[in-house]
Amino acid sequence: MATSSLATLSAAPALADERVRTPWSEFWRKFKRQKVAMVAGAFVVVLVIVAIAAPWIVPYDAENYFDYDALNAQPSLAHWFGVDALGRDIFSRILMGARISLTAGFLAVAAGAIVGTLLGLVAGYKEGWWDRIIMRICDVLFAFPGILLAIGIVAILGGGMANVIVAVAVFSIPTFARLVRGNTLALKHLTYIEAARSLGASTSTIVFRHIFPGTVSAVVVYFSLRIGTSIITAASLSFLGMGAQPPTPEWGAMLDAARSDMLTAPHEAIFPALAIFLTVLAFNLLGDGLRDALDPKIERR
Amino acid sequence: MTQYIVKRLLGLLPTLVLVGFLVFLIVHLLPGDPARLAAGQDATPETVELVRKDLGLDKPLPQQFLRFVNGVLHWDFGQSLRTKRPVATEIGERFMPTFWLTVWSMLWSVVFGMAIGIVSAVWRNRWPDRVGMTLAVSGISFPAFALGMVLMQVFAVELNWLPTVGNDTWRHYILPSITLGAAVAAIMARFTRSSFVDILGEDFIRTARAKGLDEQRVIVKHGLRNALIPVVTMMGLQFGFLLGGSIVVEKVFNWPGLGRLLIDAVDMRDYPVIQALVLLFSLEFILINLIVDVLYGLINPTIRYR
Repeated sequence: MATSSLATLSAAPALADERVRTPWSEFWRKFKRQKVAMVAGAFVVVLVIVAIAAPWIVPYDAENYFDYDALNAQPSLAHWFGVDALGRDIFSRILMGARISLTAGFLAVAAGAIVGTLLGLVAGYKEGWWDRIIMRICDVLFAFPGILLAIGIVAILGGGMANVIVAVAVFSIPTFARLVRGNTLALKHLTYIEAARSLGASTSTIVFRHIFPGTVSAVVVYFSLRIGTSIITAASLSFLGMGAQPPTPEWGAMLDAARSDMLTAPHEAIFPALAIFLTVLAFNLLGDGLRDALDPKIERR
Repeated sequence: MTQYIVKRLLGLLPTLVLVGFLVFLIVHLLPGDPARLAAGQDATPETVELVRKDLGLDKPLPQQFLRFVNGVLHWDFGQSLRTKRPVATEIGERFMPTFWLTVWSMLWSVVFGMAIGIVSAVWRNRWPDRVGMTLAVSGISFPAFALGMVLMQVFAVELNWLPTVGNDTWRHYILPSITLGAAVAAIMARFTRSSFVDILGEDFIRTARAKGLDEQRVIVKHGLRNALIPVVTMMGLQFGFLLGGSIVVEKVFNWPGLGRLLIDAVDMRDYPVIQALVLLFSLEFILINLIVDVLYGLINPTIRYR
């Protein structure tokens, strides 16, 4: 009697060790296996910290410090990434630029994702006229190639970074709306939704508590991939002279400014180009990893 | 088939009208008074009024919209505010350089993208796959304008192999088309790979192998054709990307095309040119999507058009 109860006692912790497989732990188990995505994720975290701390860690003022003795100077110990044509420290400008690019990318995609997801949920759940009107709007937005739409919006609202964010957000909307609509259409006929409805759950409860969680993983994957695209688009608009205006240390604008000095001072173009490339690459690799970890189709193989 | 195309063309009309309406609205939402812009800086209030009447801007909005639609139907897009020449002429001169640039970019990016994708899928998770996919993910992460500047610096300035700006000979097309096509090639490679990997896992591929077909035939005859279907769709979507991308590339290479015309027009608030260009870009994009849908049916006979 005493021994058997002891045996049950010692068996209990062993059972407890086998943790419950929550969706979150499942995701983490699969995501951990993707070394590249882990590195990319770590890089993104570092980048975010740098972007937040940038004003306190930059060695020089990015906009108002001019070293007139070192115009176009090559990288050195004093100026790690060299000096631009106006005597500003490129390293400081890159760090401050991270702040701008990450904010632009994140805000634009977040706004696009929220609006797009809501529209997609409504279109997929209500169908009928709601669906037709929302999808027609998406078709029209799709009828403009991304950057052209952004240029059109900037042409209406005027230049500047805030308007660029709006422009990039608008062209993210249809992607999210279509994605979520498709998922919603697939989910709403499943038995558990029917069960929720038969229990008398209200429409908003069904949509937000039961359907929305089913679309989250797809939205998260797109979110990461979309941030990369959005950072490139925002930088492109600045490069075209429609986004951030001088002296703002935006990466695309810095590249545009570096064009005239390509021959004598190529480092002025190399560092902003690398900054955009590495940032976008990190978000893309992270997105790929998230997709592999969240896509149930891959598990089957 | 013909019936399907006609049906699709008719289906385009509502979208086109909506796009046209939006484009028309752009002008009325633009900050500043178009009549004032058209009249020039030193114009007296009387002149501005005259110009306003001349452009029909004094009429109510619906009437202006009809006037705009009527003009578009007669190939009359008004006059450029900057050069005072008809917009149709301006666009006509700039159309071909952009067209050829886009076509060349598309061609080589499809060829390279698909080749990389197929190689990656066939040697999945081995070194050719790793190299191919590293190239591909870099391709989608490197902004076109930065790539253009790097290519120009290396091949035109340092090595002096190719010309920098202009579009006189075929050699002028090499760098801009590579710049423009790189991202598309990368997307095509990734997409072809995943589509091919799916197909290679299908039962009919196993059957083909089981009946003793050599690997080459299995991949080319049975795999390729089926894997092409989603790839062709992707190609159509990428055309829109190229149209947009050409705007940036044309600035880097000082290309005398539509993209630069658009940038200049936005800078100068040359609204008749903006209107016509946005309309043209959208029309192209919509038509390309239609062509893609038709191609789709040619590749895959199991799709029936109704």
